[in-house]
Amino acid sequence: MKKFLSFALALVMLFGACAALSSCGGNEDENVIVIGGVGPLTGTAASYGISVKQGATLAVEEINANGGINGMQIRFMFEDDKALEADALSAYNSLMDNGMQVTIGATTSGSNQAILAPVKEDGILLVTPSASSMTSIDAPNAFRICFNDNAQGQAAAKYIGDHMTDIKKVAIIYDTSSDYSKGLMTSFKAQAQADNKFEIVAETSFDSTAGSATFATQIANINSSGAELLFMPLYYSEAYAIISQASSTLQGIKYFGCDGFDGILGIDNVDTSLLENVNILTPFVADENSDFVKNYKAKYNSTPDQFAADAYDAIYAIKAAVEKANVKVTDKDFNAKIVAAMGEITLDGETGKMTWDLETGEPNKDPIVVTIQNGQYHILSE
Amino acid sequence: MTFLATLVNGLSLGSIYALIALGYTMVYGIAKMLNFAHGDIIMIGAFSIFTCITSLKLPAILAILIAIVLCTILGITIEFLAYRPLRKAPPLAVLITAIGVSYFLQNIVLLINKLSNKTTFVFPTNILPDISLKIGSGDNAIIINGNTIFTFIVTAVIMVALTLFINKTKMGKAMRAVSEDKETAELMGISANRTITVTFAIGSALAAVAGLFYGGTVISFNHTLGSMPGIKAFVAAVFGGIGSIPGAMLGGIILGIIEKMAEQYISTSLANAVVFGMLILVLTFKPTGLLGKKINEKV
Repeated sequence: MKKFLSFALALVMLFGACAALSSCGGNEDENVIVIGGVGPLTGTAASYGISVKQGATLAVEEINANGGINGMQIRFMFEDDKALEADALSAYNSLMDNGMQVTIGATTSGSNQAILAPVKEDGILLVTPSASSMTSIDAPNAFRICFNDNAQGQAAAKYIGDHMTDIKKVAIIYDTSSDYSKGLMTSFKAQAQADNKFEIVAETSFDSTAGSATFATQIANINSSGAELLFMPLYYSEAYAIISQASSTLQGIKYFGCDGFDGILGIDNVDTSLLENVNILTPFVADENSDFVKNYKAKYNSTPDQFAADAYDAIYAIKAAVEKANVKVTDKDFNAKIVAAMGEITLDGETGKMTWDLETGEPNKDPIVVTIQNGQYHILSE
Repeated sequence: MTFLATLVNGLSLGSIYALIALGYTMVYGIAKMLNFAHGDIIMIGAFSIFTCITSLKLPAILAILIAIVLCTILGITIEFLAYRPLRKAPPLAVLITAIGVSYFLQNIVLLINKLSNKTTFVFPTNILPDISLKIGSGDNAIIINGNTIFTFIVTAVIMVALTLFINKTKMGKAMRAVSEDKETAELMGISANRTITVTFAIGSALAAVAGLFYGGTVISFNHTLGSMPGIKAFVAAVFGGIGSIPGAMLGGIILGIIEKMAEQYISTSLANAVVFGMLILVLTFKPTGLLGKKINEKV
């Protein structure tokens, strides 16, 4: 009797193991491809994750309506990580348990870095829309849509040197508590020194976590340095605070911002006359005439931001890679083949025309520089 | 020239600290409690001025009056609901309650803002007449803007008025009596509760005025507007001698100048460390603050 019981138990365990294995294999249907993503849907960074989810969902619905990828319909899943690294890891694991075959990774840099180890191990293709820190895609099968922090600073310095030739003196203001701000500032400075087309005459900083919202000292120093342009690798709320506080002092100075300025025209009661001729280096401007912007507005009743556009492009990049490799999810080398295909595709996306470097996973694309006139973005260069 | 410009910046910030510190020190002097929610009443004041002007399109003077009335009512309500039940409780309980009220106010505003999907607000800059003083000429000119001038004048006037009010009126006498000994004052027929309510009303009205000037200085603001200046003003009040009204004014202005000097000559990241370091120094060597001892009557 005892023997029988142990045999029965062993049998049950065997079945259990089988069940677990098959659930790991997940989707066996050759006509369905499962794409998953992680991002903050709650918490302080929620707006980023929500934009990514919405942008990706829009792309998935379009693709499915047009016959899918290589005949495969996309099943899209998105999990909340509150922009916390531990949550990102468990969200990733639960997605894998549910049969994820390709991932758009995590929305924020820290979270994407956290899931990088299992992604490397699982070997699946990762295309993150928005993780921008240098190390956040440090895996052979990881790619990104957005610029990394260094690329933005370099591109800004190059643009000023090449296209704004009357500018000889540049000042910088950055946020010492933000990796984004520091990263851009460092690469901007390095590029400016290498090109030697203009001089950096003042380097000012503040700490946004310290709660000091007055910039009188920094503005006075920028003013006395005689700078003709102020480079601001900042998020829009601080940038606007500085520009408005400087309005009586820094007359005639040009402002140059990066993608953190996204949203500056949406501030409540914003005085757009202060922002006249502010230049912004950005990968994405919501063009009212594009189908993406129209469809996004119709579906979500809001204008897509850069995160939504990045996510939309991420899904289309995955589509392009799978089609280039011409594989089905049931094929043996599905993962290896689509990762290799990332190096061959060209995507004419919402955030520019891009190709990918297979070594680094970085996109090659030209940044757009826009200027604000009468409260509207106008594209200066593409 | 840089020195002079920094001095002017410090004076500008310091006048605001002084204005906030007046409210702090007054409540402390009479009710013997630190009202940490004071900074958040400033934020509410700034938001009500903002809403009155941008959404309701009211004239500036009316907006300011509404903000003052609103903040006064808010201050009285907070005192009645949160602090009065704790009149006999240990000071620590009151302190923690005040911190709770502070977070409560911030999160209420955050919640309201979330409904409208906005996170950053721009304070109307055309409230005060656009006058500015220019010292020197050419590139080295130092501009003192209208906001700074008004803040300084208003703070000085309020300081004098408060001192007169406390020293010359009947209500002021009652306040001094409650401050000195609450039980005895009650035995003499003074209603301690009513006196403390009046104190909170005045303190909160001052906070609304501070909201006007601080909003006008930072321009871009959100629900945490009041927290840092609130804490700095507390330091200023301690610096000048908490409970002393001229001390609060002096402490605020000195603190503003120290902060801006530290930003200019030490480091912008270390300015706060310097400011709070001053608090430690003052508490170590002169626990009663600059004017705390000389003027015996606290408030």
